[in-house]
Amino acid sequence: MAKLTIDGIEVEVPNGSTVIQACEAAGIEIPRFCYHERLSVAGNCRMCLVEIEKMPPKPVASCGQPVADGMVVHTDSEMVRKGRRGVMEFLLINHPLDCPICDQGGECDLQDEAVAYGRDTSRYEEDKRSVAQPDWGPLVRTTMTRCIHCTRCVRFTTEVAGTAELGGTFRGESTQIGTYVQKALTSELSGNIIDLCPVGALTSKPYAFTARPWELRKTDSIDVLDALGSNIRIDARGAEVLRILPRINDEVNEEWLGDKSRFSVDGLKRRRLDRPWIRENGKLRPASWEEAFAAIAGKIKATAPEKIGALVGDLADVESMLALKEFMAGQGSANIDCRIDGAAYDVSKRAFYSFNTTIAGIEEADALLIIGSNPRHEAPVLNARIRKRWLAGKFQVGVIGEKADLTYKTTHLGEGPAALQALLDGTHEFAEVLKGAAKPMLIIGAGALARPDGAALHATAWKLATQFNMLNAEWHGFNVLQHAASRVGALDLGLLPGTNGLSAQAMLGGAADVLWLLGADNEAVRNIPNSSFVIYQGHHGDAGASRADVILPGAAYTEKDGTYVNTEGRVQSAYIAVKPPGDAREDWRILRAISAYLGHALPYDTLEQLRAHLKANYPVFGQEFRRFAGTDTAAPASYGALGDAPFTPALANYYQTDVISRSSPTMAACVAAHNPALAEAAE
Amino acid sequence: MSINHAEPTSFAYTDANMKLVQKAIKKYPEGKQMSAVKSLLDLAQRQMGEQTGSAWLPRAAMDVAAEILGVSPMRVYEVATFYTMFNLKPVGKYHLQVCTTTPCWLRGSDDIVSACKKASGVAHFGGTSEDGLFTLKEVECLGACVNAPILQINDDYYEDMNAERVEALLADLKAGKPLPPAGSLGGRASSAPAAGLTSLTSNPTAGE
Repeated sequence: MAKLTIDGIEVEVPNGSTVIQACEAAGIEIPRFCYHERLSVAGNCRMCLVEIEKMPPKPVASCGQPVADGMVVHTDSEMVRKGRRGVMEFLLINHPLDCPICDQGGECDLQDEAVAYGRDTSRYEEDKRSVAQPDWGPLVRTTMTRCIHCTRCVRFTTEVAGTAELGGTFRGESTQIGTYVQKALTSELSGNIIDLCPVGALTSKPYAFTARPWELRKTDSIDVLDALGSNIRIDARGAEVLRILPRINDEVNEEWLGDKSRFSVDGLKRRRLDRPWIRENGKLRPASWEEAFAAIAGKIKATAPEKIGALVGDLADVESMLALKEFMAGQGSANIDCRIDGAAYDVSKRAFYSFNTTIAGIEEADALLIIGSNPRHEAPVLNARIRKRWLAGKFQVGVIGEKADLTYKTTHLGEGPAALQALLDGTHEFAEVLKGAAKPMLIIGAGALARPDGAALHATAWKLATQFNMLNAEWHGFNVLQHAASRVGALDLGLLPGTNGLSAQAMLGGAADVLWLLGADNEAVRNIPNSSFVIYQGHHGDAGASRADVILPGAAYTEKDGTYVNTEGRVQSAYIAVKPPGDAREDWRILRAISAYLGHALPYDTLEQLRAHLKANYPVFGQEFRRFAGTDTAAPASYGALGDAPFTPALANYYQTDVISRSSPTMAACVAAHNPALAEAAE
Repeated sequence: MSINHAEPTSFAYTDANMKLVQKAIKKYPEGKQMSAVKSLLDLAQRQMGEQTGSAWLPRAAMDVAAEILGVSPMRVYEVATFYTMFNLKPVGKYHLQVCTTTPCWLRGSDDIVSACKKASGVAHFGGTSEDGLFTLKEVECLGACVNAPILQINDDYYEDMNAERVEALLADLKAGKPLPPAGSLGGRASSAPAAGLTSLTSNPTAGE
């Protein structure tokens, strides 16, 4: 530890820290543009100048200056102020005075610091630098005349995203930040460079000229477009959600957010269900809630309980899933299932279906085996965490499944389940890597577990985990990477067929005469036979709504207070940002209302009562999240044999995976930019 | 940066150059292959000169270098664009590089520039003559100020230049004559005094 005196405040920081970190520890804010705590130190903006006693009599860039015991630092001396004013004047020489038309205005570091250190007029009378505006694809808007060459975006793509497609080309006054070759950014994390850019050089293309930050109402929420549960902030104005930004949570998403989660926001305004609909003579017609309830009640009362079923989709919140479960129980039906992807592996224990190592725990691991998963597409922020661990060194990654560029070096073990057997037998050399590791982990993708041989794969993966010491008192290395945000919560609630209950596959195949879809919306839903009376409760008119006989308009994740459980099993709360459109209602209220209509009223009238009921019956929702050890090594049940089909990508297309992203024009533009063949096929 | 020249779609080092590439990479410790990037780019540019008569660095060559070094192509673009010695677009057979930094300028580099323009037919810096023979570029100090002004053609320095010498030299090149030996065209050896020796004019007396 080193002891420093900063502006008279004594502070102790670990050796190897930099002066800027010591200043933060002392609670003193140092202006900076290039320095970012999650990126390497560049030291090229020179804004963080401080004065350090007994050093050469000149200002020192605090971001790159290591601390030493006994340092005396002044952050607000005349020398420092003069130095920073000089730096600011240089930065503004080429920076255009276009704040009134710049989207960064109001949340611009340069603007803020210019208030403190800028001159009121410019002494520069020559021509300003002009720079071409490159096209970086449909997400990031570039205005490179505003660029101050801090290189945060370059360092982000190189270090965190791992695509290394941005760089600083040419030199001196001609320096340009860019891709050099005209291309769209290929990273799934590219939106983060918008947040990182301290000026208005990189702004959001879909959000361009939409709003000023001070007009926005900010609401803390949880992302549901993958199963990571990234912490987000929803910025809304009036009834419209305008943008989504990440919030910092070091245990989940650090401060990053995947492009789908950030930019699907325009999908929330399109193809919305804002009133109930009833199918009459093969055609859907608008209806009132009363009519819709009457139609549903008529059907349900006329149907035997064992012929009534319910399926839960990937975006559902815990509250509505609980209400659905208890509603179905009230009807006397055991037909309920959350596994619309057809996964049939053993989920009797939480460790069997969650990401037990935890996301932050990846950084402790020293070997990783990925089975039938592409984390770069299924959870890009988690993939960045794996890359972070890989960059730290002494970390080997083996992949069984599709060969893909995961942004870190991997050893490809095989395309299909045969490679698992080879590892168990010790015939593949990667077995030695796992054997030699102190904290090995494996990730099996939800896509692999949805295969017909999913249960056998699940059991084999667990066997691997026990054989290679992934389960012990200090460490749990068995991980399922879900990609449905609702799945872990649904399994925690036990949304599974009861005794003699029908499975999701049976219900999708027409085994239920009345089928309630709570946001269940995949391609299989389109093919439910006509003999089933389908009630679709959801927020977007997609596959589910097009098949439905009655549509009940629900709320999207931005429009309700909800609880979500991420793939680790972390219970997180999202808050309502805007009201659902038109006649749409929060989903648990719809279920509460219809239950009363049918005479089996659910035992809660308010969200507080529902949550109290939830915590009382399912204690896991009331507990603080903590990692559990792998002491319980009892294997999951296995049935069937391992197949030999190679693993296929679980998500054919990262940008369009659910009703919200499928409705988003921005996501469609991303598909067109990155996968033109797929975009054409969709038309 | 707009590209208005044809970029070749592929590039491959010749076997001889590939040996030199490997030799350059071996100079650096394992994991630090990127340090050899300038050698690789230089080899590629020279090879282009031999193969096409225009020593420039196409993007395909940068991509090949990145592939060999195991780095992202962007890292190579950064280096190639940073150094002015790498020509990012085709150049003439004779790359005329006129130093216009202060010592050369004081010694008349403006005349050299206009003589170059007149004799080569290139209208402005960065341009290439219609016959593809000359490309004219303005460069910063070449570090040979003692024999200023300097005109560098390809790898060689021609010193003590003046307008007549430039025009004569370029006329010879146009006529197909090879480049003369590098050095002063004013007749002095190395950077000996221009008007003849001023010291050490006699042999020292033996034995004293």
